Order: sequence, then structure tokens, then C-alpha cells
Amino acid sequence: MNFKYFEAIEKKTWLLGVLTAVFVSFGGLAEITPLFVAANKIEAADVKPYDPLRLAGFQTYVHSGCYLCHSQMIRNLGFETQRYGAVSLAQESFYDRPMQWGSKRTGPDLARVGGKYSNAWHLEHLRDPRAVVPESNMPKYNWLEDLSIDAELIQSRMRAMRLLGAPYSDEEIASAPSKLEGKTQMDAMIAYLQGLGIDNRPQNAGEHDKGHKL
Amino acid sequence: MQTQETYNDDIVRLFLYASIIWALIGMLMGVIVAAELYWPNLNADIPALTFGRLRPNHTFGIILAFGVSALMGTSFYIAQRTGHVRLAYGGLAKFVFWGWQLCCVLAMTTMPFGLTQSKEYAEPEWFIDILIAVVWISYAIVFFGTLARRRISNIYVACWYYGAFIIAVALMHIINNLAVPISWTRSIPLYSGVVDAMAQWWYGHNAVAFILTAGFLGMMYYFVPRQAQQPLWSYRFSIVNFWALISVYMWAGAHHLMYTALPDWVQSVGMAFSIILVMPSWGSAANGLMTFSGAWQRVKEDPAAQFMVMSLIFYGASTMEGSIMADKTVNSLSHYTDWTVAHVHSGSLGWVAMITIGSLYAMAPRILGRTEMHSKKAMFWHFWLHLIGTLLYVIAMWTAGITAGLMWRETGADGTLLYSFLDSLVTIKPLYVVRALGGTLVLTGMAIMAWNMWKTSADARQGKVAPIPVPVDDHGHGSTQTANAY
Repeated sequence: MNFKYFEAIEKKTWLLGVLTAVFVSFGGLAEITPLFVAANKIEAADVKPYDPLRLAGFQTYVHSGCYLCHSQMIRNLGFETQRYGAVSLAQESFYDRPMQWGSKRTGPDLARVGGKYSNAWHLEHLRDPRAVVPESNMPKYNWLEDLSIDAELIQSRMRAMRLLGAPYSDEEIASAPSKLEGKTQMDAMIAYLQGLGIDNRPQNAGEHDKGHKL
Repeated sequence: MQTQETYNDDIVRLFLYASIIWALIGMLMGVIVAAELYWPNLNADIPALTFGRLRPNHTFGIILAFGVSALMGTSFYIAQRTGHVRLAYGGLAKFVFWGWQLCCVLAMTTMPFGLTQSKEYAEPEWFIDILIAVVWISYAIVFFGTLARRRISNIYVACWYYGAFIIAVALMHIINNLAVPISWTRSIPLYSGVVDAMAQWWYGHNAVAFILTAGFLGMMYYFVPRQAQQPLWSYRFSIVNFWALISVYMWAGAHHLMYTALPDWVQSVGMAFSIILVMPSWGSAANGLMTFSGAWQRVKEDPAAQFMVMSLIFYGASTMEGSIMADKTVNSLSHYTDWTVAHVHSGSLGWVAMITIGSLYAMAPRILGRTEMHSKKAMFWHFWLHLIGTLLYVIAMWTAGITAGLMWRETGADGTLLYSFLDSLVTIKPLYVVRALGGTLVLTGMAIMAWNMWKTSADARQGKVAPIPVPVDDHGHGSTQTANAY
């Protein structure tokens, strides 16, 4: 007898389609909607959005596909915090569009890499990773030195981020090109990496263990 | 009837050819990026060839170019055959083919140059995403339009799965890719941080669910009974599994974010649903395998059926593995390691590629005007190369993943970590060579298939294949077993 109702689904294309759409919608509605609501409650004052140079570095990081080998998410596990530093907090990636948590570590986590190495080390390492770490399997990024930064694109990015809630002032956006003057994408990348775990750390998070060198 | 209605196989043939070409390209990309992890200078200082730039071309090339082309082609084939009707809207179907190929070409020629959103498995930028959405909606219109005008009263279960694949992908693609354009080629995503993580993995996991699982189950539910030459083991069981699968899968994405900044309750819900998920998964695997029961003798002589049987074994194995890996304790070890890569490839090389290859071998002669493939021997070679390559790949990556995971958590008597990150990389690096070798075997097998398909399609390429008439006499009297009835 129940089969009778079932036949109705099996014989009506529109009913099958509608029911399928309903059934696949529950999971996302239940899991994403509450997060979306909660995220709007995170106090923006806790974390500052990227300055123009670090934002340019973030953009280069994103466009180079770094997330495919490096995570930026220290999990709440003892051996993780011991190696990389304090657990990653939700606020730290609040201004990351898209987030760069990653899913695979062919190289180490970078969530707290800021300040662990000198600028000179990063420069040498990005130019030729094997000059610093002979066993490394990371490709060379020496070409970043030849790439200039499109200041207008960074301004557009800042404006779009402001549209979505980032507290950039008109003055900050207007002065972005002067902050990027003469800088290469290599400079931007290093500034971005050196800020990770420091400049995106919520102000009320307190002192954190920085973990070991990698 | 004044004029005899025929099946539209022209469009299916186009998809068949395209999927073979994309398989070669996607697998070649895979072999290159695999080799780069051992020989990092392989990109010859060309930015577009670095691992980070090329890996999206591998995943896009396989999942969306090869996989979806094969799914679109087979769905058009199956919707016509199980409905005893010609494909709806022939012109729009042509647009779906060429539009989809354009999407794939655009994506794969822009991503290596840094035009990427870097949302995993959804890398193409906004201008491509819009085109994808337009093509996808057209695809839905053609598919559901064909179902709507079918002559068989019941919709066969394979079409249910294809339908769910089409609807869910449309939803996921649009919701995950919402973005604010900042130039003609760049955009920033609407979501950030934790919300973006959940949206991305809701999408990422359901790409697995609805493309790599539901879509290919559609293929399986049609071609397995066809190749076993007997009805599906249990039709009712397949329907129960359908509703369970599509409703449970959508909750499971959070298992990609265990122990992260994602709220705990979402992690727990994700874990619970991931474990439940093993039931509908094994239900489908069992249903497929049982359909062969009593027909094993035939399987021995038929490489297409061998691909199907092996694909179902891998499907059962990797869905069980997935549920185990979604357990938080196991996940603390497996996450971020090559174990995940092993799991993905036992699913993609083992299940997805094998069911597709088996189905294409089964379908190709029927639309190319032949009784069988040009060379059966080549099919056997393909089967063994593919199977050995897959096993090499998966075993190497299991070993690498578990080794690295254990080294990362190993502490000495005083509680300090014993190994640096580099130690783990040095230990597992030789396994990256084994993986590249496995991939090369798989690619070689695919090259053999391409050659075999080229030979088999000789008549069709010269337009010498007569269209197949639609059997219209029995309209209205079809049953749920239609797919097996002719």
C-alpha cells in the first residue's frame, strides 16, 4: 500500500525533482546557516584587516595555489600545538576571502610562521628552497621578484572587502598605491608570511606559544 | 507514425570522444604533478607549471572535464533508452556539449596562469562559473525534458541518480561560488574564514557525493544489469539507498574540518552522518555486485564487466574507508597526510574511473555501429594496467600517509616531538616515485583505450552508422525493469 504513494514519485518527473531538491537541502541549511549567523557576531575590532602590502601578498599566495601544500589551521591537538604554536582561532581567517586552511601538508603548516625566520631567510628560501633546505621539494618562486603589484586591483579588492564588512577607511584605500610603490610580489609575499599568526591574531587572545622552528 | 523516431546518438558520440580526450589530459596532468613532488625542478622555472598552478588542472580535468563529460554522455544515452524516446531539444543538447567543452578549455587555460579563486575543486574564476551555471541549467532542461516526454511510465532508477546529480551540482556550484567581481577576471568570495571553510567543504564533499557517487551510480545502475544480462538484484533496495544517500551525504562535509576552528557541534554532526553513510554506500555496492551473481562465467570473458565488478569492490572499500577516516580519532592521524590522497584515489581510480571505463566499453560499440570493441585483448591489457597502477598508487600513498601521520605525533619520554616536519618528508619521498609510476601505468592503459576507441569508431567517424530507431510499439506498457528488457 505504501508502494502506491511511491509510484507517484516514480511516474512524475517534477515530483521526483522537487523531492530530490528538498532532500539534498537539509544538510547545508542545518550546518551553514547557523555559522553564517554566528560569523556576523564576531567583533570586527578584534582583528585588523590586511594592510595593502600584506593583502597583495595574500593575493599572490592565493593565485599561486600555496594552499595545495601548506595548511593554515593548527588543530586542537597536543602534537600540533607543540609543533606549530597555539590553536588557530576562527577570527584569524576572518578577512581571508577565500580561507586558506588547506587540506594537505606536503610542506609544514604556516598559520604561525610569522617571525620564525628572518626576511632574508624567506627571500633566499622563496628564490630557491633547496639552497636553504636541501631536501625540500618545493618549487622555486624566484619569478615573484619580477612581478610588480597591480595597485588598482588591490584597491578594488579593498573596496570589495569593505562592501562585505572590512573596516577600511577611504584614506587607507586612497593611500594604498603609495604603500605599494616600488614593491614586488616577492616583497608582498614575505610581508604576508611574516604577519601570519601575529598581525591576524585577535588583540584579546593573549600571549601564545609560537611552537618550534619547522 | 509517419516517420520513424530515432535515438539521438550523435550527441552521445561527441561526449564519448570528449571524455576519452579529457581522461588522457587529466591523467597526464596527474602524472606531471605527482612527478613534481619528487623532482621539484621539473617545472623548468615556468610558473604555470608549478605544482600549485597545475594541480587544479588535474582535479578539474579529471572530475569536471573527463567525469562530467562521461556523465553527460551516458545520461543522454540512458534517458533515451529507458524512456524509449528521442532526446529532447537537440539544439540545446548541442549547446550543452560545446558549452561544457568551452568551460573546460577556459578553466584549464586560465588556472595555470593564476586566474583562480583557490577554492579547492572550485578554482575557476567568476566569468567561467557563470558560463558553467548557464550550461548546467541547459543540461537540466535537456535531461528532465527527455524524462518528461518518455514513453515508459516509470522512471528507471539510473535516471533518479542522474537527476539528483544534476540538481545538487546546480545548487552547490551556485552557492559555493557566490562572489563579488573586482575585475573582468578576478573576484573575491562572498564567504570568509569559518563560513567559507564550511561552504567549501559542504561543496567539496558533495562534489564527491553527487558527481563522483550519485552520478556514477546512475551509470552503474544502468550498465551493470546491461552487462550482466540480468535484472538488477533488488530494484526496491536501490530506491531505499537513493533517498538515504542523497539526504545523508549533504551533512557529511564537516568531516574535512575536524579539530579545526569550526564549532564542535558541526564537527560531531558531520562525523555522525559520515558514519551512517556507510549503509547506503554498501547498499549500492552490494546491489551492483549481487546483480552479477550467477553470471560470473560471463565476467571472466568480458573485460567491461571486469571493470564494473572491480569498481564496485573499490566503491565498497573506499566508502568504508571514508567512514572510518571521518571518525575524529582516526582523522587526527589521517588529516593533512597522503592517506587522504590515497582515499581519494581509491575512490577515483578504483571506483569512478573503472565504472566509467567499463560503461564506455559497454556503450561504445552500440553507438558506433559495431557489435563489440575493436580489440578485446587491448581491453584486458587496459584492465590489468589500470588495476596494478591503482594498487601501486593507493598502497604507496597509504604507507606515506600513515608514516607521516605517526611521525608527526611521535614524542619522546620527555614529551617533546621526535621528528621535524622535514624528517617525515624525507622518509616518505621515495613513495612519491612509486605513486608516479602507478599513475603512469593508469595513463598507459587509458592510451590503449583511446587507440581501441579510435579503431572502433572508424565507421562512425565517417558517418556510416545508421541511427537506431526508437521502439515505439510498446509505449505505456513499460515496467521498472525496462533497462534490462531489450
